[in-house]
Amino acid sequence: MSAGTKAEATRVRVVLPGHLRVVARIEGEVVLEVRGACTQRSVLDALESLHPDLAGTIRDRTTERRRAFVRFFACGEDLSHDDPDAELPDAVRRGREPFVVLGAMAGG
Amino acid sequence: MSGIRVLVGTRKGAFILTSDGSRRDWSVSGPHFGGWEIYHVAGSPADPDRLFASQSTGWFGQLVQRSDDGGASWRQVSNDFSYVGDPGSHQWFDGTPKPFEFKRIWHLEPSRFDPDVVYAGAEDAALFRSGDGGASWQELDGLREQHSAAWQPGAGGMCLHSILLDPEEAGRILVAISAAGVFRSDDAGATWRPANKGLHSGQIPEPEAPVGHCVHHLAMHPSRPDTIFMQKHWDVMRSDDGGESWREVSGDLPTDFGFAIDVHAHEPETVYVVPITSDEQHYPLDGRLQVFRSRTGGEEWEPLGKGLPERDCYVDVLRDAMDVDSLDPCGIYFGTTGGQVYGSADEGDSWTPIVRDLPSVLSVEVQTLP
Repeated sequence: MSAGTKAEATRVRVVLPGHLRVVARIEGEVVLEVRGACTQRSVLDALESLHPDLAGTIRDRTTERRRAFVRFFACGEDLSHDDPDAELPDAVRRGREPFVVLGAMAGG
Repeated sequence: MSGIRVLVGTRKGAFILTSDGSRRDWSVSGPHFGGWEIYHVAGSPADPDRLFASQSTGWFGQLVQRSDDGGASWRQVSNDFSYVGDPGSHQWFDGTPKPFEFKRIWHLEPSRFDPDVVYAGAEDAALFRSGDGGASWQELDGLREQHSAAWQPGAGGMCLHSILLDPEEAGRILVAISAAGVFRSDDAGATWRPANKGLHSGQIPEPEAPVGHCVHHLAMHPSRPDTIFMQKHWDVMRSDDGGESWREVSGDLPTDFGFAIDVHAHEPETVYVVPITSDEQHYPLDGRLQVFRSRTGGEEWEPLGKGLPERDCYVDVLRDAMDVDSLDPCGIYFGTTGGQVYGSADEGDSWTPIVRDLPSVLSVEVQTLP
């Protein structure tokens, strides 16, 4: 059975960019307990639940779409354009690799 | 002894400049929220230690910060600026419909009477109000619902940048939107009507259209709420009937373009502007930075340049980047896109740089402290 299915909690590591670590008043990684399917949406739901000040900074409050200059990386892959309800890679679900939120390179 | 607190919003953070009433020696605090664009920082007239800051980036969107100790510490309040219902569309540059999309807060206007009440002007243009110190925001959606289908953005974005709260009539609000114009409400924001009669914009298809003028900024003296001054994309304008009608008072100004405008704290007919060369050349005429003052409510203007750069100066002064204190004599302050903040403690007769090397200045607000 894969990690994170059914109702068991999965511990997911999340790396935030510097600006958002300041907003959330944290240092280093965030470790989240995610219940049920471990997806972009459920991870961000858990992140915003733990750190409400991050609401609206990674994804639009209303549409829940990723903000244009925010990217999601994990396991050396760009997951930014993946379905937000798709299961994250097994290594992320098992806590071996972090789910990385970062600001896109933009601005020259 | 009274003191002055100058709240400076820049492209890379907020700065707070403080001095005692002599206005000679200044201390600088900041950057607050370093690396973020701070479009505006405003203090509550009802509680000067309560400050609000609009913080945003293109990456991570909009945040709002509040301080209850004059900027020594801050905490984040709500950034939920949700349009009421389906916001529909406005006009895009090519005339096609463009769905409304919230981008940022340009201007915060705290109530004169209640420190928990603050208004916020948004891009895409809308007016929001908080009655709980920023813990929540409600759109005054009558403005957008009743008028927005005809709005079209200015080059800087379709922003609601000016909010005038009538100090005598609690229900009257004037706002200005680029490039739609002025709108007035007499019922605390429930219903609105255009207030652009007399504005003339020669390069739009209908030069005296009821809506579609690129208003850059509004200013009002609290003792004369019916008298409103406007720096428009072209021309300086004046209304003496609360925006019902406007007349040009550019008079002998050297250019017809500019962004900032403000009124002397004690003389309602003394007005300040910073002429900019043109809408194509956003820097001072001939590289010489000058403030112009009219003591006659417009028409007759005098240049004020003592202490300001006399050559090779090609900065801009943006719409929210000038303000006055209420000491006697009145102090005037403005910030530039080159990162300088200049102050005058003698009504503009002479100027001194308070800071020279901040990031590009977006806004300057002044608090006169007891």
